[in-house]
Amino acid sequence: MVFVILGLMILLDRVTKTYGRVATPALDRISLHVEPKEFVIVVGQSGAGKSTLLKLLTREERPTSGKIIIGGIDYDKLKDKDIPLLRRKIGVVFQDFKLLPNRTVFENVAFALEIVGMRNREIRHTVPKVLDIVNLKGKEKRMPMELSGGERQRVAIARAIVRQPKILIADEPTGNLDPKHAWDVIAVLEKINRYGTTVLLTTHNQDIVNKLKRRVVTIEHGQIASDRAGASYKV
Amino acid sequence: MNRKLVTFSRIVMTGVVNFARNAWLAVAAIAVMVVTLTVVLFSLITSATFNNTIEQITDKIDISVYLKDSVTDEQREALIKDIKDQPNTERVSFVSKDEALQKYIDANADNPDLLSAISQTDNPLPASIQIKPRDLDKLNDLKHYLSQDDIAALQSDDPSYSGDRKEAIDNITRATNILQRAGVIVVLVFAIISVLIIFNTIQMAIFNRRDELTIMRLLGASTWYIRGPFVVESIIYGVVSALISVFLIHSMFVAANSTLQATSLGLLDINYSAEYFKAHFWLLLATQLTVGILIGAASSVIATKRYLKFKTHK
Repeated sequence: MVFVILGLMILLDRVTKTYGRVATPALDRISLHVEPKEFVIVVGQSGAGKSTLLKLLTREERPTSGKIIIGGIDYDKLKDKDIPLLRRKIGVVFQDFKLLPNRTVFENVAFALEIVGMRNREIRHTVPKVLDIVNLKGKEKRMPMELSGGERQRVAIARAIVRQPKILIADEPTGNLDPKHAWDVIAVLEKINRYGTTVLLTTHNQDIVNKLKRRVVTIEHGQIASDRAGASYKV
Repeated sequence: MNRKLVTFSRIVMTGVVNFARNAWLAVAAIAVMVVTLTVVLFSLITSATFNNTIEQITDKIDISVYLKDSVTDEQREALIKDIKDQPNTERVSFVSKDEALQKYIDANADNPDLLSAISQTDNPLPASIQIKPRDLDKLNDLKHYLSQDDIAALQSDDPSYSGDRKEAIDNITRATNILQRAGVIVVLVFAIISVLIIFNTIQMAIFNRRDELTIMRLLGASTWYIRGPFVVESIIYGVVSALISVFLIHSMFVAANSTLQATSLGLLDINYSAEYFKAHFWLLLATQLTVGILIGAASSVIATKRYLKFKTHK
């Protein structure tokens, strides 16, 4: 399969997702268009459908109806063997970090490079740079258990950006952080975005939304309630 | 090193490390695989031994056609040629009067009374044609052919069959067939059991590492990057089991040879088995390794399948 090299445009067309036999859909006819290199904040209360939206983008879940097209790839036509290739183009910072408990900070970040077959020498060269960006220099040999919530979050970010993805999805990356560290994380995301990565950020943090002055998509009850550039947000 | 080679070596390394970590978990899998492979090896050797025994006995079976002294060389040659053309003839050989006498003398060297009864000048022994039949079950064809009038006219006596041996051969053949069939069934049963147990071992290992598998999947690891280490791990089970089973059989022959001083166990010619094992050692080892590797690889591929599926329902 061929990915568009210039960047991946995200297109959702009337996407509905219903889990099992539940009457109300988690997402209800969502249409969204994100240009390459855009920085989009997705806000909404818990259960509004934010996580479902992100899971659809990484092909963890399939939409009940509607179309998802990323970088010209129609998800309906995506073959199983191509799903890993797609996921390698998308960096994800999971809400629950999803770090490997038995591996050190360095190994956790290196892991993302190992699975794409990068040589050890390159890995040893790349990982410290990324750990430097997220301010984890000197903690390479720590285990995830020995880290604070904020530090784990930053390991997760380092792992998500180390492959220089075309799209970065960050699910509540500031959720467990005090304001100072939260802003550190946001600063990293902005930096990545400046280098040309599309960023999709979900957050509850009103302060961050208001200060970033980026495009804000609000989801309520599985539908897009508003979609405005440079918007603010009230909880 | 290219990318694929790097990935391949990582898969192998992970498999080896996992094998070392799961070693105690793998004891059950290896034990049952050893039993399976030992049964496989044992049936291979016994089957070869029985075949050898049957061959040796059947090789001794022949038909002797005794010729009148009046039969001319031309008649004899014509008859030999004719017998050779019979479909059930494997081999034909001719024993002249002189050769028959020599054989008789050799056989009765320690019996002067019998020897004095005959002499070179007055040789009562007939020349004969020895027929080695191709198929012992179709002796009647040859019998019928030899009893035809024109052929019977050349014979001094009725042909002799080593018919009493035939019955023994039938018994051995029947026993061998049953044993081979039983062997195949036992091998299959044990193979299925070992596949199930390896299956279970791998599933336990996967269960312990399911979070890791999920994370690998989400980060874009390919199916074989995740599955590969499990397959490598199971292949190691297979290799270890094959080596143990070959060692077990080897020890058995050593024990039979030195401690029991046995040459046979019932119908089984232990000496031949031991020699066969020695002569075909590398082939048998290769067979064991192949079977072990196949069982290991197949069960781990199946065991990992359901954990690697992507969601298909909408």
